[in-house]
Amino acid sequence: MPMGNGLQLHELRFAGFGPFRLTVGAGECVGLSGPSGAGKTRLLRAISDLDPHEGEVSLGDLACSGVAAPLWRRQVALLPAESAWWRDLVGAHFTSVDEAWLSALGFDQAVMAVPVSRLSTGERQRLALLRMMENRPRALLLDEPTASLDADNTLRVEALIRNYHRQQGVPVLWVSHDPAQLRRVADRRFVLENGQLLEAGPQVAP
Amino acid sequence: MSVIPLSALDLSLAALLVLVLAALSFHMRLKLTGSLLVAAFRTTVQLCLIGMVLKLIFAHAQWPWVALIATVMLLAAGREVMARQNHRFTGAWGFGVGTCSMFVSSFAVTVLALSVIVGADPWYQPQYAVPLLGMLLGNTMNGVSLGLNHLTQGAWQQRSVLEQRLLLGQDWKEVISDIRRESMRTGMIPIINSMAAAGLVSLPGMMTGQILGGSPVLEAVKYQILIMFLIAAGTGFGILAALAIASRRLFDDRHRLRLDSLKTQ
Repeated sequence: MPMGNGLQLHELRFAGFGPFRLTVGAGECVGLSGPSGAGKTRLLRAISDLDPHEGEVSLGDLACSGVAAPLWRRQVALLPAESAWWRDLVGAHFTSVDEAWLSALGFDQAVMAVPVSRLSTGERQRLALLRMMENRPRALLLDEPTASLDADNTLRVEALIRNYHRQQGVPVLWVSHDPAQLRRVADRRFVLENGQLLEAGPQVAP
Repeated sequence: MSVIPLSALDLSLAALLVLVLAALSFHMRLKLTGSLLVAAFRTTVQLCLIGMVLKLIFAHAQWPWVALIATVMLLAAGREVMARQNHRFTGAWGFGVGTCSMFVSSFAVTVLALSVIVGADPWYQPQYAVPLLGMLLGNTMNGVSLGLNHLTQGAWQQRSVLEQRLLLGQDWKEVISDIRRESMRTGMIPIINSMAAAGLVSLPGMMTGQILGGSPVLEAVKYQILIMFLIAAGTGFGILAALAIASRRLFDDRHRLRLDSLKTQ
């Protein structure tokens, strides 16, 4: 697995959690599960520099502390479990959206003229993924990206992310409570429990 | 034209109206009686006290006295701004944000008005300086407290939106810009309404007071226009300063939303 543009956590600590050491290689997808409250979301927030933390995170040669935070977050993109919207229309949240990505998730350009308030939770979540990908991030942090989706749309999202991270050689850290999903998408799987990252074997959990 | 003096009986009749209102609100269980009576009592005591202080200061027009009373007024206004916040900043910032911005705007506008426009001699002449500063501080205080409350409340309630925008790579100024704009509008609405309604819907208090006090009507009008403009400018600059300081304080150097800088209720 190439590590040149991999995502690395160096003794990362936050809010009583850690230290975490982890490397996600370029083009690799690491799955992360664990009980609620174990710190999975907090870990992703610390990696994206949204919460104060100690230690360092790097993406290839780029250290988080060495670049402006907005630039870091465009490169190391976090998709939260619940999307938030601040304009009335969907299109007001996009600058240029990739047609192929839109159709891969079951939309067309017409969705840009739709008021956000008329979208279902699942539609919002899929569009939030596209909105995040518009920045062409070099690493993806996904917090239960398909939790509110039906089976078909879950597979669509998985396929889009898989294609993107493999074609672009992008490291992915994917949080999910669905062991079957993690077996489908992740090259390696970890469980976050009692403040520790434990690598899970193939026999872990249904 | 001379002033018709008011007797204690005149004031008692006016107080009787407040008492009737208090009795009515008690009967209707509006839970307003206590605060209404306390506010009426406070206004009587505070105005009597300030009347005595002003009489003393007007008789001895020395700048240290004017500076002292201006400081007391500023600190009281700062405390009021702090008390009106649902989510005020922790520590000294809770008092400092409003007080600093009011100091910068109200004092600057008052000094400018006294020295350049009114041309009082000396410029700190208490008959002009104290009422002018009082009117500016009072209105700026309202605007700043409304604006600040809207900003901190908005940040608190729209946390997920602000963090979503940060996650997409926007910087803190862009992220807070919508709430900041709305906060500015909220703070300015009272003075804009006052200016728009002046003379049509309402006769402003200062002008009415001057006319009742025997001043020529057109002089009273000119002073009222001056005061309106000064208040609008002072309020606007004060809110701008307060929102600039407070917006910055809501984020840290790494563009993280720091709601821990606000007190929870």
